[in-house]
Amino acid sequence: MDQGIVGTIFTLVVFICFFAVVWWAFSSRNKKKFDDAANLPFADEDHQESDKKKRES
Amino acid sequence: MSEISQEKPVYNYKVVRQFTIMTIVWGIVGMSLGAFIAAQLFAPVLNFDLPWLTFSRLRPLHTNSVIFAFGGCALFATSYYVVQRTSQVRLFSDKLAAFTFWGWQAVIVSAIITLPLGLTTSKEYAELEWPIDILIALVWLAYCINFFGTMIIRRVSHIYVANWFFGAFILTVLILHIGNSMAIPVSFGKSYSLYAGAVDAMMQWWYGHNAVGFFLTAGFLGMMYYFVPKQAGRPVYSYRLSIVHFWALISLYIWAGPHHLHYTALPDWTQSLGMVMSIILFVPSWGGMINGIMTLSGAWHKLRTDPVLRFLVVSLTFYGMSTFEGPMMAIKTVNALSHYTDWTIGHVHSGALGWVAMISIGSVYHLIPILFGQRAMYSVRLINVHFWLATIGVVLYIVAMWFSGVLQGLMWRAVNADGTLTYSFVESLEASKPFYVVRFIGGCFVVVGMLVMAYNTWKTVRAPKGSIAADAATQPA
Repeated sequence: MDQGIVGTIFTLVVFICFFAVVWWAFSSRNKKKFDDAANLPFADEDHQESDKKKRES
Repeated sequence: MSEISQEKPVYNYKVVRQFTIMTIVWGIVGMSLGAFIAAQLFAPVLNFDLPWLTFSRLRPLHTNSVIFAFGGCALFATSYYVVQRTSQVRLFSDKLAAFTFWGWQAVIVSAIITLPLGLTTSKEYAELEWPIDILIALVWLAYCINFFGTMIIRRVSHIYVANWFFGAFILTVLILHIGNSMAIPVSFGKSYSLYAGAVDAMMQWWYGHNAVGFFLTAGFLGMMYYFVPKQAGRPVYSYRLSIVHFWALISLYIWAGPHHLHYTALPDWTQSLGMVMSIILFVPSWGGMINGIMTLSGAWHKLRTDPVLRFLVVSLTFYGMSTFEGPMMAIKTVNALSHYTDWTIGHVHSGALGWVAMISIGSVYHLIPILFGQRAMYSVRLINVHFWLATIGVVLYIVAMWFSGVLQGLMWRAVNADGTLTYSFVESLEASKPFYVVRFIGGCFVVVGMLVMAYNTWKTVRAPKGSIAADAATQPA
């Protein structure tokens, strides 16, 4: 295959993949899921607190 | 253990503590070496006519120790910490964790021995000879198994975005390292690359630029996505943007390597491809930077009182700066001026000292009180002192290198009417000398900052547990 055609196909595939990712990330179906995920750094703080107490005692 | 961990996981903080402390130790070693060889550039007498102390042998030791020893330990520490806490589960294997720690330290010590002896593959950022390369591959494989193993046994349904970045960094570095290090050994300390000519150069910079893209960027973005929200006390600005950021960044970075080989024997189309991919990289990079900085919206006032947050946010500013500069320098016509000059060194250090080091330092300041059972660091004032030393040091460094680099580029390309060169190389070297002194001073600021950090850490670690009271304004969330 000629190099230009390979380049064209590659560009198209990347273009489609990119919009698939954007669509997936911004679709309203996934909003709740991602909001939950965004809070994960704070989700285990209860464990952390009790950990701290255990160490301090 | 199983009964306890049904309720609340007991995290493996031992390995995190070990890597965190070694981050500071190797940071001081690597940055001091950097300052030392910076001094050699204006005072060559400092190599004392000893082959082991020449610039050519110490420079790879400097780069290896700051990237792989300092940066590597920071990445091990934070990734092990973040993956446990956001997966709410203890590390997959404590034994593998201990193996990665001692194995990685062994790699660093062998680098400190072999590089000054002149044992080198001469491949940039991959100078270590084949026996050490095999050890690196084994340690990295153990790291891979341990990290992904922990993700697999997680107790929450989502994989937090920081772990995506860490995962991409760990997996890609394994592939890059093994791919680029393929060599035929001829003796215990000497090997020849499996690749030849332009292919070897392309393999080297496929590896080299992705060492930047995955080791020094994706990994540290993982750090950013956990520690910035955590220190600011609010979730990341846009989780959805972080997903687009992730996929765009990792799918683009892998193609950017050829911009290190403009105007070489590499085919022209490959150079252009590398240039185009590097320019587009600007978009996800800034997407990520904006996402990090905007996480502070509504909490900007915390910057006034919390120097740890300041480290994190300024690191993002430097990240934005160097990811604007990088794509610009990848343009062939700009590269014709900037390549082989000190501009490149300035660019690397705005990334390495501004972005990588500052985000690591901020994360380590966040971690140490938690890991050693304190409510805060020994002295918040000293963190602030460190912040200003680091910032002034980096700015002095990169501004000096910009001046020196552009000056070199212009002097090297200046031609007389008859086509001869206007300046000899030595003349450009003389012109750069004052900037080399400024660079050295900037480097010293950075090193002193690290020493302040070491003192502050020492006092925090040695204090009786829980004895340091948290300042309400700066308490980590």
